[in-house]
Amino acid sequence: MQTKRMTFPGRFLPYALLAPQVIVTLIFFIWPAGQALYQSLLREDAFGLRTTFVGLENFSRLFRDGNYLNSLSVTAIFAIGTTLLSMAAALLLACTVNRMIRSRSTYTTLLVWPYAIAPAIAGVLWWFIFNPSIGIVPYMLDMVGYQWNHRTSGADAMLLVIFAAAWKQISYNFLFFLAGLQSIPQSLIEAAAIDGASPMKRFWTIVFPLLSPTTFFLMVVNVVYAMFDTFGIIHATTQGGPAQATNTLVYKVYADGFVGLNLGSSAAQSVILMVIVVALTVVQFRFIERRVNY
Amino acid sequence: MVENRPWANFFAHLTLMLGVAVVVFPVYVALVASTQAPGDLLRGTLPMLPGAHGIENFTRMWQSGVSNAGAPPAGTMLWNSFIMAMAITVGKLSISLLSAFAIVYFRFRFRMFFFWLIFITLMLPVEVRIIPTFQVVADLNMLNSFAGLSIPLIASATATFLFRQFFMTIPEEMLEAARVDGAGPLKFFKDILMPLSITNIAALFVIMFIYGWNQYLWPLLITTDPDYYTIVMGIQRMTSEENPQWHLIMAAVVMAALPPVLVILFMQRLFVKGLTETEK
Repeated sequence: MQTKRMTFPGRFLPYALLAPQVIVTLIFFIWPAGQALYQSLLREDAFGLRTTFVGLENFSRLFRDGNYLNSLSVTAIFAIGTTLLSMAAALLLACTVNRMIRSRSTYTTLLVWPYAIAPAIAGVLWWFIFNPSIGIVPYMLDMVGYQWNHRTSGADAMLLVIFAAAWKQISYNFLFFLAGLQSIPQSLIEAAAIDGASPMKRFWTIVFPLLSPTTFFLMVVNVVYAMFDTFGIIHATTQGGPAQATNTLVYKVYADGFVGLNLGSSAAQSVILMVIVVALTVVQFRFIERRVNY
Repeated sequence: MVENRPWANFFAHLTLMLGVAVVVFPVYVALVASTQAPGDLLRGTLPMLPGAHGIENFTRMWQSGVSNAGAPPAGTMLWNSFIMAMAITVGKLSISLLSAFAIVYFRFRFRMFFFWLIFITLMLPVEVRIIPTFQVVADLNMLNSFAGLSIPLIASATATFLFRQFFMTIPEEMLEAARVDGAGPLKFFKDILMPLSITNIAALFVIMFIYGWNQYLWPLLITTDPDYYTIVMGIQRMTSEENPQWHLIMAAVVMAALPPVLVILFMQRLFVKGLTETEK
């Protein structure tokens, strides 16, 4: 890794400058992560009196546990649903805003602020709108004959958390799509228009392919968001229910560890999640290197 | 825009207005609900126009809160949120500026080792290692304190990377000139690097402030004393009781959402810069 051609001499100063960050990292990141690794190999008895070393048994148990496998598929559905919904909506809005000249900045301002809303608050807002007894949406759905109830129906609950998660993420995707659209040379689009390509054709043959680096980047970011940053949405609304229908992996780590007090299993789940984050981060960084180099 | 199509323009505006309506709708409903009288929300259908009890609900929430739900006054919770967000932001920015300075402007043993040590934190969101981190903080007697709320969250690889990246683009001549004039490392940092990075610092400040303000799981776990509740987690405490008082909850929701939304609206340029650069 490069430094400047010329650097400061200094024996102790660089260590002193690094010290605050390194100390915080060691105490609050490395040490707990090590603890999680260690605990994932142990099992505590029901009263927390005795711990025994069980090797990888916590892991093999997890993959035989129906609830954990269910949580994996719930997370996959949730992540895919949130990513697709928020990216599709954001792409549509970004393309439309990009046509505008005078009103572009007004619309942008009106669309970006949900980024500031905490996931838990977003959850509460949607929970309120969809509240089966006083919410506005169930009232309207009732008129077309659909009985919405996310307290009993797993599908309804999943839709609810996907809506809340996607709603909050639209502004982020919108900003990145808009930046991507603005970096596409206008001359390409004009040339296609002169050759008689319709707006739809121009979008699918020119704009969409040129936007693919942005789209791919956003896909990774959105999956990471849906997997790790949506704890607040789940916890403030469905709490993983009904009948485990919205029990995502991150929520399950918390529920099994803090509520169920099954520390070994919770630690093993943490370790699996860490592996997933590392894999996603590697994908993201490899992709960024490619984007910078081409 | 390539050609003029009046109908396409019409539909474009229509799409955007629909989009804005969907984005604004949940918050509009919250605003309406926060102005209703207690009974109005239990009658089956939610009114679509603001009621007359807004001021009453907001003052009640601000001054006394919903004490039977264990939620302190919103004024206290907002203040706690503010302190936590500021501590996280200032802490993150200062430790990352210092460490990026050390990594770029010095050559020393184990430089790469430290760089990777910091890099690893990028991969471990707090939700993933929540229980061991909780144990560490409990062992250090930092439960129910502002130190416990903020310090575990201030290590940030993102900010360190951004500053490292930015320092690398600063011309070599700056350092050479400073050294010829006899400036030491700290003087160089204070009088040259800091003024040059001010826009980057401000942009990150916006992003980090929102990050800090919106923390949820961490405050939820380590505060049991209502004096340290933050607004975002306090709202969850109120919704989880038997008969949630939605008019007061929605008043609290509006108050919790307002500060970060205002930050984005008034500092949109910095916000966009911070967002697009931290994620690169």
